[in-house]
Amino acid sequence: MSRPKARQPLSTGSDWTFELIEAYDREIGRIAANFGLDTYPNQIEIITSEQMMDAYSSVGMPLNYNHWSFGKQFVETEQSYKRGHMGLAYEIVINSNPCIAYLMEENTITMQALVIAHACYGHNSFFKGNYLFRTWTDASAIIDYLLFAKNYIRRCEEKHGVDEVEKLLDSCHALMNYGVNRYKRPRPLTAAEERERQRAREEYIQRHLNDLWNTTIPRRSDDDAGKQPRFPAEPEENILYFIEKNAPLLEPWQREIIRIVRKVAQYFYPQKQTQVMNEGWACFWHYTLLHQLFDEGLVTDGFMMEFLHSHSSVIYQPPFDSPYFSGINPYTLGYNMMQDIRRICEKPTEEDREWFPDIAGSNWQETLDNAMRNYKDESFILQFLSPRLMRELKLFSIMDDSSRPTLRVDAIHNERGYRALRESLSAQYNLGNREPNIQVYNVNVRGDRSLTMRHYMHNGQPLGASTEEVLKHLHRLWGFDVLLESVTPEGNVMQSFACPPRPQELTVEGIA
Amino acid sequence: MSYIIDRRENAKKKSTVNRQRFLRRYKQHIKKAVEEAIHNRSIKDIDQGGQVTIPKRDISEPIFHHGDGGVRHKIFPGNKEFVEGDEFRRPEGGGGGGAGQGKASNQGEGEDDFTFNISQEEFLDFMFEDLELPWMVRKQLKDATTFETRRAGFTNAGSPEKLHIVRSLRAAHARRIALTDKEVRQQIRALRKELWALEESPPSAERTEKITALRARIIELEKSSRKLPFLDDFDLRYTNMVRVPMPSSKAVMFCVMDVSGSMTQSIKDIAKRFFILLYLFLNRNYKQIEVVFVRHHTHAKEVDEQEFFYSRETGGTIVSSALALTADIIDKRYPPADWNIYIAQASDGDNWDGDSSTCSKLLTERILPKTQYYAYVEITTGPHQNLWHEYEHVNEAFSERFSMQQITDAGEIYPVFRRLFEKRTEGAHEPS
Repeated sequence: MSRPKARQPLSTGSDWTFELIEAYDREIGRIAANFGLDTYPNQIEIITSEQMMDAYSSVGMPLNYNHWSFGKQFVETEQSYKRGHMGLAYEIVINSNPCIAYLMEENTITMQALVIAHACYGHNSFFKGNYLFRTWTDASAIIDYLLFAKNYIRRCEEKHGVDEVEKLLDSCHALMNYGVNRYKRPRPLTAAEERERQRAREEYIQRHLNDLWNTTIPRRSDDDAGKQPRFPAEPEENILYFIEKNAPLLEPWQREIIRIVRKVAQYFYPQKQTQVMNEGWACFWHYTLLHQLFDEGLVTDGFMMEFLHSHSSVIYQPPFDSPYFSGINPYTLGYNMMQDIRRICEKPTEEDREWFPDIAGSNWQETLDNAMRNYKDESFILQFLSPRLMRELKLFSIMDDSSRPTLRVDAIHNERGYRALRESLSAQYNLGNREPNIQVYNVNVRGDRSLTMRHYMHNGQPLGASTEEVLKHLHRLWGFDVLLESVTPEGNVMQSFACPPRPQELTVEGIA
Repeated sequence: MSYIIDRRENAKKKSTVNRQRFLRRYKQHIKKAVEEAIHNRSIKDIDQGGQVTIPKRDISEPIFHHGDGGVRHKIFPGNKEFVEGDEFRRPEGGGGGGAGQGKASNQGEGEDDFTFNISQEEFLDFMFEDLELPWMVRKQLKDATTFETRRAGFTNAGSPEKLHIVRSLRAAHARRIALTDKEVRQQIRALRKELWALEESPPSAERTEKITALRARIIELEKSSRKLPFLDDFDLRYTNMVRVPMPSSKAVMFCVMDVSGSMTQSIKDIAKRFFILLYLFLNRNYKQIEVVFVRHHTHAKEVDEQEFFYSRETGGTIVSSALALTADIIDKRYPPADWNIYIAQASDGDNWDGDSSTCSKLLTERILPKTQYYAYVEITTGPHQNLWHEYEHVNEAFSERFSMQQITDAGEIYPVFRRLFEKRTEGAHEPS
């Protein structure tokens, strides 16, 4: 693999040209392949900062349906960018095949090379390799699907009016986080099939849906509801799916739009669960790849200085008491963990051998590759966070129990605390803990058709202030009364919401 | 393998639709902000963009999230002196959070308002929304006396300088083709081809002979075909020009203001803003606008803007002096055929008792017949005086082009302005 050291660096100035970008991409690609990175083909697009803002505000996608919330995002981005409150990201990369990466024209050639290494080889190989992306998203179909979605929604707007569609999308967006299957693998989506099946589906659903409601049995008192078999028989976690399939009053086009929002949410679901790993992986590889370029004499010292400067600001972690602190920086955590795994493989200490008997001293490339493919943030941290890194980052855990007047430090970076720290940090990245666990519990099929949702409480945490607003959206979709109960693990109902509010609930709240 | 694509030339402003949707959704907020800006801003920067602030709770998109309470563990970096078991009081205001979710509570009122800018264009659009120049239609085609000459195809008759040579020759050519015998023409064409072929071939005595023979034959044939004139009167084409009546796109706006002793600075200030609004409004509807400032106490004077708004004089009030001067200026400089004339008069309602009837006479006889619109605002909190009552009669007679409103404080300028100029769609159909 060793090539003779090139004497001539690829570039010496800071301006970029298309030829230079091509040359850097070729060299970085060659080195990445030598390291065994498996990637989708790259599509590198040079854009202006204005276009970058556009891309920002449609959740990073090159095209998306129209909605005011994207406009709000745009206005917000534009505002803070113009005032200099924030710089734009250097890059946006899209999980598609070919993998699309945006480079901004304002950047120097060093930054462009950094972005190519980071996005086109780091993120790209992660998208291609990680099991969540492999299972849940279809990189080759996403762009086509978004195009289908955009056109479909536009046609709906023409047919039913912008306001109607907007209302529906508002409601769907409120429930977007609950439009994903967490356990069941979704069917891969392809735009062509989607279009073909769409009409058939419309008819089918509309016909079968009514079975649920066909029977006209005289209304009984609500006490009977408990004795009836519940519908759905098992609680349903994918609320939007449930509504799409079962809401009695929706038109076919409304079901289709709910489906679109669901599919988009599903597409982004893996990204939410692998932020630390994904960024860590990309940072690790841009660091490794560019150093290799330097070792081969292809880049200058000045290039390396500029690169290291921005690298170290990206992975800087302000301490908890700093005014800049805003939580744990996923770049820092991910990058350091990746480097740490390499270290454990290459130069294991006694401690490492004790904690990581399987990987200490193993081939680092294979170990890292395995970690990248088979873990998500939660399990990655639980598996690979080493005591040494906890000491370096000086992690500590605070227990916040609202029933006690004080906060308590319940673990720090010492022998007694390592495991507890690691578990808490891992739990912090568990989406199931971050988002309230809310599921469809029952539908009063024979009565007033009310929908009952259950919130299974985690560590006694109640629902936040916007719950009632979300219920209004749910009510709009469902079309009949919607109830939400917060339930403790013991099965006691701690709190309940209803939309529209029910009179008896008001009195209960009044007394409490 | 990588592809590198330069997208910089691609459409920018992809987000325009989304931005418009956003503005549309928060129209009420933006309108409110615009109205406030009009009340509070100094006149000179009224036609700039504006900042719009929307309370966070109105703009947030609700999602299910955890509220405060319960037990949670949070991991922080950068430990300095804590050891396990340390306890300390909860920091105020949720500080030290960050890693946790659900901090976006709605209770913290007014703290995180969503603020953004709208452009000047958007600002003015919101400002003038639903407004339309009164009786714009009146100045339409039949009233208009300015004309624009435009091309309108071709005609068979016209003056020699309008002769269109290409069209004429084309017509002549077409006529000749149409009138010659088809067979002869084909024959001539065949002979010509033969001739060209011969001319290409190497020179020889035989060739020269043939060429001469062919040429003679061609000439003979051409002669035998009917004698047709090369150009006939019939072929001549002239560029056709028509005169299109153009609605006048020039407007003149008269600002008439009382500066007598009874007009306080705050009243003048209100008047100023009213004039500014009118100016901006006309500015968006006419290509060219002139503004004439007429101020008066016992006698009237045409002044420049600075003097109009900022110099002080005292004295009694004779409104008719200003109206007479206005009428004179119109007669001298602004023939109604060329100009759309708008007059805005601001006053506190004071007038010398014997003068009001003169005013209404001047208005009805000399001014109103020539103007597009006359707006009178009376800025007073007191009871109406004789001028108002006199004007009420004028209003009855000229309801379509004269209107009057009372303003009591600065907050009312905008609503009154809108009332004065609100869309009168029914007027658009009314023959005048």
